[in-house]
Amino acid sequence: MRLPEHTAEIQAYQDTGYDIALKSKGCWTVNSIHNVVESLADFCQKYKNSTILWDVSAIEEIDSVGMMVFIRYYDQLLTNKCSVTLKGVTQKHQRLDTLVRQHSVSALEKNTLPHKNYLLSPFHSVGKWVVGLVTELILFMTFFGESSLIFFKSLMHPSRIRYAAIVKNIEQAGLHALPIVALTSFLIGIVITYQAAVQLEKFGANIFIVEMISISVTRELAPLITAIVVAGRTGSSYTAQLGVMKITEEIDAMKTMGFNPYHFLVIPRILALMITLPLLVFFADIIAIFAGMLISEIHLQLSFSEFLHRLQNVLDMKHVWIGIIKAPVFAILIAMVSCFRGFQVEKNSDSIGRYTTISVVNAIFLVIACDAIFSVILTELGI
Amino acid sequence: MSDPVITVKDIVTQFGDNRVHDGVSLHINKGEIYGLLGGSGSGKSTLLKEMILLLQPQSGDITIFGHSVINSTESERDLLRQRWGILFQNGALYSSLTVAENIAISLKEYTNIPMTLINDIVRMKIDMVGLPAHVKDFYPAELSGGMVKRASLARALARDPKLLLLDEPTSGLDPIGAESFDQLILELRAMLDLTVVMVTHDLDSIVNTVDRLAVLARKKVAAQGTLTEVCQNPEPDIKAFFGGKRGQARLHQKIWNDVNGK
Repeated sequence: MRLPEHTAEIQAYQDTGYDIALKSKGCWTVNSIHNVVESLADFCQKYKNSTILWDVSAIEEIDSVGMMVFIRYYDQLLTNKCSVTLKGVTQKHQRLDTLVRQHSVSALEKNTLPHKNYLLSPFHSVGKWVVGLVTELILFMTFFGESSLIFFKSLMHPSRIRYAAIVKNIEQAGLHALPIVALTSFLIGIVITYQAAVQLEKFGANIFIVEMISISVTRELAPLITAIVVAGRTGSSYTAQLGVMKITEEIDAMKTMGFNPYHFLVIPRILALMITLPLLVFFADIIAIFAGMLISEIHLQLSFSEFLHRLQNVLDMKHVWIGIIKAPVFAILIAMVSCFRGFQVEKNSDSIGRYTTISVVNAIFLVIACDAIFSVILTELGI
Repeated sequence: MSDPVITVKDIVTQFGDNRVHDGVSLHINKGEIYGLLGGSGSGKSTLLKEMILLLQPQSGDITIFGHSVINSTESERDLLRQRWGILFQNGALYSSLTVAENIAISLKEYTNIPMTLINDIVRMKIDMVGLPAHVKDFYPAELSGGMVKRASLARALARDPKLLLLDEPTSGLDPIGAESFDQLILELRAMLDLTVVMVTHDLDSIVNTVDRLAVLARKKVAAQGTLTEVCQNPEPDIKAFFGGKRGQARLHQKIWNDVNGK
């Protein structure tokens, strides 16, 4: 299949009785019109107060775009006070001419873009950013307040809590996350054991590997790593789920039917994550310590029984508790941020991706910031 | 008027065990508005999708502008895609682009037309489909249902196609909006020498706009021809389609006039 060769042509030649004559040829259609635009523009600049013959009889095909170009330059010639005689105009041309003229909107509003001041624009963008940040903060506070209110209300009337939704969310956020949490914490266990083992061997203090691993893992690493994995995995899915529900107007439908979306969507997710995350952290503790035990056996020739005996003596329960107590706080942050971002999704295809990314980035940042605060406070308190 | 733009021959389509078309044949002439009718699930949208290269039938052939679309190379398909405009049922405007960008995108990508001219073209198309000029900077999410259809029609018309395929152009529009949309299709056909294929089950737009039509039923074309011809067809499927209360009320007048006028 071949389409006819698409070219539009314009030629100037001399004709008696006219200053200059033009001959249009070929297909004046959307696919080929660019061939003539430049030469036409040049031509129309050149001729003023002339008599011109424009022969259009050799145009094989013309569409609205071709006609638009023709009209543009024909009119320009007229404004240049040229007298233009057309030759070979068909009825179809006239019809198309009427059509295009009828629908051509005046180009007056073309230069309505405000002039950009390059000196002021940095201030402008910084100001815009600050205002955006403050607005977002206020919106998040509102969201946080409203969710908390509904949360405490639900606690007063436990029968109204959506237990089925909570269980389903626990399955998705907890049970299905076990493999990836296991893998990451196992690898973290291996990494810190190896690093520590090399140093401790120099001092012949092999046995201290147990303190090293057990305290760092239970107190800091397991909660942090688990929270980051959950923020990436569950947080993003919360944002995407709520975002899609917003786009398909399910959330509006819920509101009109008297189902409070906070009660039905947000609270179950927060509660589910608050229950799940501590359990996942405890699971990660076990796996990471097991990984440490394995590497100690291989690398430091520390037997399992020696390791476990030492572990019972040196690992205070408070370290484990501190790690586990952090988890629900992280869970609230992750669930709140991801639900908040989900509700912000707008009705276009970009916005789900954008808000999911923002949600994960925000959640991970908040988790790390919160962990830092915990560290400072607990250390100052001497715990 | 007699050379067909689209010829469909013995199309067989099957999804799993479900046979949708079993030998569908029809032809669409140059310059006419052709209606594809049928109840839900009769395969009219599927047939349209096969015409526009979104689905491949099991057997049979579809010819558009004299070239087979079933056995075509990718470059032939590209050429074909430049020559038609398609209006999807829900508009299918690109939601991350403004209305003007939606209309301009194929001009920008496939032609070398300078940007100022593209802007003029976009303004003209927006005016042509009866939208106010200021909607050009709106995003699709900010438009009403009728405006989405019109903007989407402007996008379909962006490159002055000779063939326009419409999937349920009036569904979801109010009666006034639907009627003005029908009117718009008629005007554009007259002005731009279009051949229009529309999948529809809106009886009003069938009566008002369609020159010839085909009714799909029982996996085949139950009837093909002008509205009067089709209505005189005694097949039970046709009777069921046009014989209901709504069909009767709407068609009575028109058929009566046509038959008595002869």
